[in-house]
Order: sequence, then structure tokens, then C-alpha cells
Amino acid sequence: MVSVAEMPESTSQSVINQPAPMPERQVERGMIEIEHLDFKYGAHQVLHDVSLNIPARAVTAFIGPSGCGKTTLLRCLNRMNDLIDIAKISGGSIRIEGVDINAPGLDVVDLRRRVGMVFQKSNPFPKSIYDNVAYGLRIAGVTKRTLIDEAVEKSLRSAALWEEVKDRLHVSGYGLSGGQQQRLCIARALAVEPEIVLMDEPCSALDPIATAKVEELIRQLKQEYTIVIVTHNMQQAGRCSDYTGFFYLGRLIEFDATAKIFSNPGQRQTEEYITGRFG
Amino acid sequence: MISAPANARRVRLLQGGVFWLFRLATYFILACATYIFLDIGIKGSRTVFTSKPPFINLPFLTEPPQTLYVFDYEGKKETLSDRQFRAWKLEHPGVEVEATSIAYSAGGIWPCIVGTALLVIGSMILALGIGISSAIYLSEYSRNGPLIRLVRVAILNLAGVPSIVFGLFGFGLFVIFFGWNVSLIAGWFTLGLMVLPAIITASEESLRAVPQGLREGSLALGASKWQTIRKNVLPYALPGILTSSILGIARVAGETAPIMFTAAYAMKDEMPWQVAKFTDFIFQGVMALPYHIYVVSSKIPQNEYTEGVQYGGAFVFLFLVMLIALTSIILRERSRSRLSW
Repeated sequence: MVSVAEMPESTSQSVINQPAPMPERQVERGMIEIEHLDFKYGAHQVLHDVSLNIPARAVTAFIGPSGCGKTTLLRCLNRMNDLIDIAKISGGSIRIEGVDINAPGLDVVDLRRRVGMVFQKSNPFPKSIYDNVAYGLRIAGVTKRTLIDEAVEKSLRSAALWEEVKDRLHVSGYGLSGGQQQRLCIARALAVEPEIVLMDEPCSALDPIATAKVEELIRQLKQEYTIVIVTHNMQQAGRCSDYTGFFYLGRLIEFDATAKIFSNPGQRQTEEYITGRFG
Repeated sequence: MISAPANARRVRLLQGGVFWLFRLATYFILACATYIFLDIGIKGSRTVFTSKPPFINLPFLTEPPQTLYVFDYEGKKETLSDRQFRAWKLEHPGVEVEATSIAYSAGGIWPCIVGTALLVIGSMILALGIGISSAIYLSEYSRNGPLIRLVRVAILNLAGVPSIVFGLFGFGLFVIFFGWNVSLIAGWFTLGLMVLPAIITASEESLRAVPQGLREGSLALGASKWQTIRKNVLPYALPGILTSSILGIARVAGETAPIMFTAAYAMKDEMPWQVAKFTDFIFQGVMALPYHIYVVSSKIPQNEYTEGVQYGGAFVFLFLVMLIALTSIILRERSRSRLSW
């Protein structure tokens, strides 16, 4: 896929005197556009007409009470909902870097490689730390030992785990603490060099110290990755996100810069939720 | 404060009674099992073990069954196997004796052990191959629809089919219709089909026991469904599948009905490997332990000389099944510890 943003400026000048072309959408690496998305589990509609643009290389947080559809939306972004038989997108579209990810014939395996995911319950594989991180590379057919070694170290460093595990790369990932396991899962997701990282309540099972580490990590990762994080923790959204979307009963109530949402929300429901008056 | 109910004594008595009922039921099973093992163990060891070194009756384990000859000679009662009897006759030329011949009661059970082992190996490879594949399909790929429900009902029904019906089915399909005759391969398919439901059910359970998080984690890294199954589901389900196959092995080794029409010979002189070419190998019938025990227990006239081979055979059989179970358990434990699951 050619990124339009990278095209030289001169190309747009050559069309200056011609009839106005279709307004060209700026396609940036890692950007996500969601338009009028409807989503159903069987007959039960869980997302209603959700539209938002998730900017690239920033942290976007989805907040809202349980059952509001924020995790469902997150799992739409790498088509994880395909695993659920009755789940179905009934309207609207999701485009990542301008490409409709639900188009027939789209390579879901490639999509998932480019859109990584960290789950609510940390799920390291019952393999060594090294093998956990190398898993995605080996799946992708990388066999060269030096390449894998490098990627494992780089990913573990990115996930701020390298110093803690560099002497025991070949012991089971299950031996790590909860916070380390979650950072291992982040390292594993980073190893395949995705453009977007989805995080589904990554800190819900972690203590405050581990949470602080993961949050610090999220702030660093946005230099290179588009990050979408679902969280129940309002302070967390406030601390580490740039944009926040508030969901309620399957609808996107408000989406704006985090500072704006938390200081001056446009909707009464948002204000009531973030001040803890309901939800 | 609630006072003790009026029927407290009755409740306590009933409680004690029920407890003892359950306890007795458990002890009853233990008693039955002990009796069976002791009976076979004691009577069987008379055949299998000897009082002189090497203390094990090696000919019983390494020779084919032979006819036993019993006769009186110079006031002494001689019991000789077919081979020994012929040697004896050469040593005593011109001596005519009135010998009673008792089929299969001398020699050993070596071809039966080999035959049973061949039947178990072939049918388990078949059953595990088909069983694990269909379990993967059912648990990982299929969507729950009417067709899949029908398949599940069919598997449950298959599990309830009596083994003699499998025997007749195998006889009709493999032996007659396919023209395989009484052969190893007909036995493999018949026995394999018989344990298939147990293997499918247990494999599916083992696959479902693998946490969903491992599948999602793998898929989210850009693994295809098959890569996920092969690298991140199947290895962790395998210990459970192996455990389930222990029961399958014991059943395959033990059933007589499915092989009596399809694979088992009452007597065969050549060993299974004494064949000209490979196709002869898989299209030959074999002797098998359970069938041999059946034959020596019900097809030949019973007398004091037949008991030895009956109980000896049962004893060796029991021992072999336990050995297989033990091997499977060790295999399972080893694969478990390697996974550090």
C-alpha cells in the first residue's frame, strides 16, 4: 500500500488546472477511520452508528461503563470478532490506512499482523520468554537466528522488560509476575512490527506499580505506533491518552482530545460518567 | 437461637446409614477387583513363573502353542509338548504309548502377544489419525449447526454399539465386501472404528481445555488458523489426548468380538513376519491374546491340563495392558513437564 503522505508534493501541482478531482483523503500510516458502524451479536445490536477517526501515532482511549461496546469495537479493528460465530457487522465500514478491512478477499492474517493486540487477561504462551516473543516472527517465516535474536531483544527493550529478563530468556513465561507477563505480551505484539497496537484493558489485573510501568510504556510507544486502549480506569485514560471516546449503550457519545473531554466535556452524559455520577 | 429440630436423631442416623451405604459400595468394588487380580495372579504365576532360575517360564513367552501329550510310561506320568514328544519317540524307538493329546496346552503364547501388539499398533495409528483430525475439525473449525449436531449424535451412538456388532460389520464390509479376508488390516479398521468415538470425544475435550486466550493471542500475531492449531493448541492438547488413548489401547487390546471374524486365527504356524512381501503382511490373519484365551477356555475339552495356559495367558495379558497404560502415563507426564503447563 502506498502512503499518499509520502508522495512528493509536485504530483498535486500537476492537476491544478484540471476539474476539481475527488478530494483526496490524506492516508497516513496507522490511521483508522470508522464510519457509521453497526455491529450485532445475533439479533442483539451492540454498536449503533459509530463514527470516529483514530489519529495515527497517538494514544486513543475508549471509556464507558461495562457492556457499552468499547471492547467489541476494539476487536472489530483486527477482526477478532470473526472468531465469534454470531457476531456480524451489519452496517458501516472500518478503513485502516484507507483500506476497508471488511472487504471480501482481504487478507485477515496480514491485517492481524499489522494490527497487534494485547488482551485484558495476559496470555503468554506456555513457552519460554524468548519463544513467546519470537512466536510471531517464526509464524511469519523468519528462520534466521540472528534476526530473531535481534527482534527479541529490541521488542523486550521496547516493552521495558529486557533488563528484568535478559538472564533468563529461556525459562517459561509463566514464571513471570502478572505485570511482567503483560509486558511480555506487549513485547510479543511489538515483535512483528505492527502499525497499530490495540490494548483491551491491559492493566485491569495489575497492581498500581505494574500499571504505572505499562502506562509509561504506552506513552513511549506512541512515538512509533498508533495505540487504541480500552480502559475502565478514568485516571488511566486521563494520564496516558491523547484522545478519548466515551461510549454508552453502544453509541459513541463524545470523541475529542482527552484534555477537552476531562476538563470541558460537550455532553452531559460524559461529564456525569467521568465525574463518577453514573456508570 | 434455633433449637435443635425434633428429628435431629433421625437425620443423624440417616446420614450415618447413607455414608455406610456408599462406603460399602466402594469396598465391594475393591473386593471384587482384588479377588479377580489375586485369582489370575496366583493361578497364572504357576504357569508364568518357575521355581528354578531364571524363575520365568521363558518357553511360555517365546514359543508358539503346541499340543500337549499325556501318557503313562514305565509307571510314570509324562506330560510332553509336541516337540518334546517327537524327540522322546526318537529316543524310544519301537515303544508304543497311548497318549492323550490336549490342544494348545503346551508351548507358549508368543504369536498371540505379537499378534495383539500388531493389532493394537495398527488400529491405534488409524484411530488416532482419524480421531484427532475429526476432533480438530469439530472443536476448531465447525460452526454449530444441525449437521454438526447430527455428527455428534452419530459419534455418541457409535460409542454405544456393542463390540460384536463391530465385529459383524467389519466381517461384512472389510472381510467379505472389500475381499480382505481374515487379515490384520481388516482387524485394524474394525478395532479402529470401535475406539474412534472414545478418541474423538476425549481429543475434543482436550482441545477445548486449551485456553481461548492462546488461540486469540496467536491469531492476533498474524498466525493463520492452522498455524495456531499446530503450534499453539495441539501441543498443549496432546497430553490429554494421550491419556485418553490409554483407555483406547486397553480396549483395543482386550476386545475379542471385533477380531474373531476379522483378524484372529485360532492357530497359525508362521510368525507374522514370515511372509514373502509386504502386502502379505497386512493381509494375513494373526493369533491374538484375547482370542487365544477364548479358544483355550471354550473351544477345547477342559481338563486339569488346560487351566495352565488359560490363566497364564490371562496373567500375561493383564500385565501387558498394565505396561501399556504405564508407558502412556509416563509419556504424558514427560510431555506435560516439558511444556511447563
